[in-house]
Amino acid sequence: MTRHKNELEIVRVSKSFGGVAALSDVSLTIKPGAVHSLVGENGAGKSTLGKIISGLHTADSGEVFLGGNKVHFKSPREALAHGIVTIAQELAIVPGLTVAENVLLGEEPRRFGFIRRKKLRKDFAELAKRVGFEFSPNTLAGSLSVAEQQKIEILRALSRNASIIIMDEPTAALSRQEAEALHTVIRNLSAAGTTVILVSHFLSEVLELSDTISVLRDGILIKTAPASECSQESLIELMLGRSLGAIYPEKVFPHHSAPTVLFVNNLCAAGVSNAWLSVRAGEILGIAGLVGSGRTELARAIFRDSKINSGTIEINGVRITGKAPLAALQRGISMLPESRKDLGLLIERSIQENITLSSVSKWSRLGIINPRREKYVVEKILEKVVVKSSGIKQKVSHLSGGNQQKVLLARTIMSNPRVLIVDEPTRGVDVGSKRAIYDLLVALAQDGLGIIAISSDLEEVLGIAHRVLVIRGGRIVSELSGRSMSEHAVLEAAFTEKS
Amino acid sequence: MPQTTENWTRFLPSSMRSWRNAGIFLPFLILFITLSIASDPFLRTVNLLNILDQQSGILIIAAAGTLILVSGSIDLSVGATYALVGCVSAQFALTHSVFSSVVLGLLLGLGVGIVNGVVVAILKINSLIATLAMSFVIGGLGSKITEGNLIVLAEKPEYGKIAQSSLLGVNSSIWIMVFVVITLGFLLTRTTTGRYIIAAGGNSQAARLAGIRVSFVKIIAFGLSGMAAGLAGMIDASRVLSASAALGSTLAFTVLAGIVVGGTSIAGGEGSVWRTAVGVLFIALIGNGFDLIGIDPLYKQITLGGILLIAVGLDAWARNNRR
Repeated sequence: MTRHKNELEIVRVSKSFGGVAALSDVSLTIKPGAVHSLVGENGAGKSTLGKIISGLHTADSGEVFLGGNKVHFKSPREALAHGIVTIAQELAIVPGLTVAENVLLGEEPRRFGFIRRKKLRKDFAELAKRVGFEFSPNTLAGSLSVAEQQKIEILRALSRNASIIIMDEPTAALSRQEAEALHTVIRNLSAAGTTVILVSHFLSEVLELSDTISVLRDGILIKTAPASECSQESLIELMLGRSLGAIYPEKVFPHHSAPTVLFVNNLCAAGVSNAWLSVRAGEILGIAGLVGSGRTELARAIFRDSKINSGTIEINGVRITGKAPLAALQRGISMLPESRKDLGLLIERSIQENITLSSVSKWSRLGIINPRREKYVVEKILEKVVVKSSGIKQKVSHLSGGNQQKVLLARTIMSNPRVLIVDEPTRGVDVGSKRAIYDLLVALAQDGLGIIAISSDLEEVLGIAHRVLVIRGGRIVSELSGRSMSEHAVLEAAFTEKS
Repeated sequence: MPQTTENWTRFLPSSMRSWRNAGIFLPFLILFITLSIASDPFLRTVNLLNILDQQSGILIIAAAGTLILVSGSIDLSVGATYALVGCVSAQFALTHSVFSSVVLGLLLGLGVGIVNGVVVAILKINSLIATLAMSFVIGGLGSKITEGNLIVLAEKPEYGKIAQSSLLGVNSSIWIMVFVVITLGFLLTRTTTGRYIIAAGGNSQAARLAGIRVSFVKIIAFGLSGMAAGLAGMIDASRVLSASAALGSTLAFTVLAGIVVGGTSIAGGEGSVWRTAVGVLFIALIGNGFDLIGIDPLYKQITLGGILLIAVGLDAWARNNRR
């Protein structure tokens, strides 16, 4: 039997990092032209598998065959020579170069060492046409959205004749619209014979796009099956090794006499116009909208992270004055920022230090930190927020995304807020930790906190919020509660131009 | 790799167990033992105290400089501040009491540091350029005040008491240095201000969102750096009973070399004062050792440059390996 030259076969591959097995004895065949998804919790080994295929990691044992021939890539460059390309979460584009220059970076047509600009644009146009992307070649790459930038990487991969493209969480940072555009691209690639290996947390996306799905758990391949035979429930059960129950906890609505804790009165700030909203004690208010609609801007304005042009913010009837997040924190507003690595964590410091950062001055006398006291308060909060770690002195860079997020949540709770704003609380977090975070938010609301939950994941907003505000172009365009809270209603409000 | 690291560091206290923390300590120990064997006069108390006495000014500036680096900035103006404060304090001491001239010097150093801090933190000018520019301004002021002359304190020998008083057979310059190093080390590791300095340098956005006044914290670090530079200037003026505005031109780099050899990251967000102290002394021992053994001083510079490259290279390597 002759094999297709792009058939990828992985035979009994194992890999460990510092004595911890990331992959054990994984065997897998990836058919040419298929969309093959790898799913699993964080740390299940799916990214490691992708990195072994693309040559970023070398397997400790086992073999990889491409078209029946044994291959052993020692670097991504070698994998590339065999047509295997990875599009990572962190994009590798040069913002100051144009789209065309980025696509053909390093392979520019030249003569006597000078780049032939016309030829470059022509090559680009041909390529874009072949794939069906509409792109102005002269736009600066830095001015494009993340989704468009991803397309640049895809084009770059194709320009190097990639036959197997590995995508690691390609839609994690995309709006729904952009994600859908990318889905179309993936389908077209597959239809044109390119193999796509998709690593993703979004099970609905995986089910929609994939031909085949492989589930990994703790470095072991649990199952490979055609997508048509899988469902979200069955995948989750395979990923966790147990049934998760519902994805979202049961909603506990606030008592009808619960007081209003946060009142935002006609707020205008960068990216936000005339926002009115209120949150009651025990209420979880969801904020939905497209990426760039002003969701995060609204959160930042309430948290006093951006300048307010007019309007007021009141906590329990007391107006917040003063600038900077410190003012908001002192009055009882806490925020979990949207990007934990850029805006939240001190990645090289310990769990303990990260947790106490906002509150350390409160329980320190004369600015001197009592180590025993610090250990005590950290351990106390960790009874509530369970973080899997080797100890409170462990660096947060060694934790999984879900546990990092919990460390940040612990920090926000430590400052004893009355209102908690969570922006993308479960981005890049595995299924198991997601539920833990939801449970925590529900428990906090029951303790009487007012919570504002912002998310790109519409299901999540609807799954945990008691009431949803839809924001578009910086304005709150719709308020949904009770039975009117549906995906359809939110999308209609988020997209419709009128109002 | 990780296993081997554990093996040879097992005998160290836990705070030193990672290579980064132990980093400078072992080479220092090896150098110290080697010099003790290779040169008879090295291990004499006189020689060791002499080294500490000579290095006290640099150690004081480097201890504060560690805070600056941890906070994510750099201070190139310490040499100029050192000279300015030395001159102003010495000049003032000619007509006033030693005590008041020390207080004046400390306040002047603090003031210069705060100006640096404001320029960096509030006006948001890159600290490398800002403090370079400030060093010209401060240096110019120093030359103006002294009119280019050496200020001689021969008529005011009491000024020498600042650095040359002896307590338990050890000069006051060393006592002051030990006090400053311990105080600043404590500040960085055990106080809220220290935490805030680390946070500001590690991730200033995150620090701001966590409710930290990042600008204020940076100004504190610069204020301390200016004050330390001033103190060092007065100690050295007191040791030789003279001061000149022309001094200190390469001081900022010597200090920086000590901090970096000690293993504090130039990227900010981490570092330790005691390691800086070991780093500065490591460089000093190399100089002292070369002199005692009688190697051409030319090689001293080359060796120092090599060590600095290794230190920075290890830092970069460690950061890349984390990914």
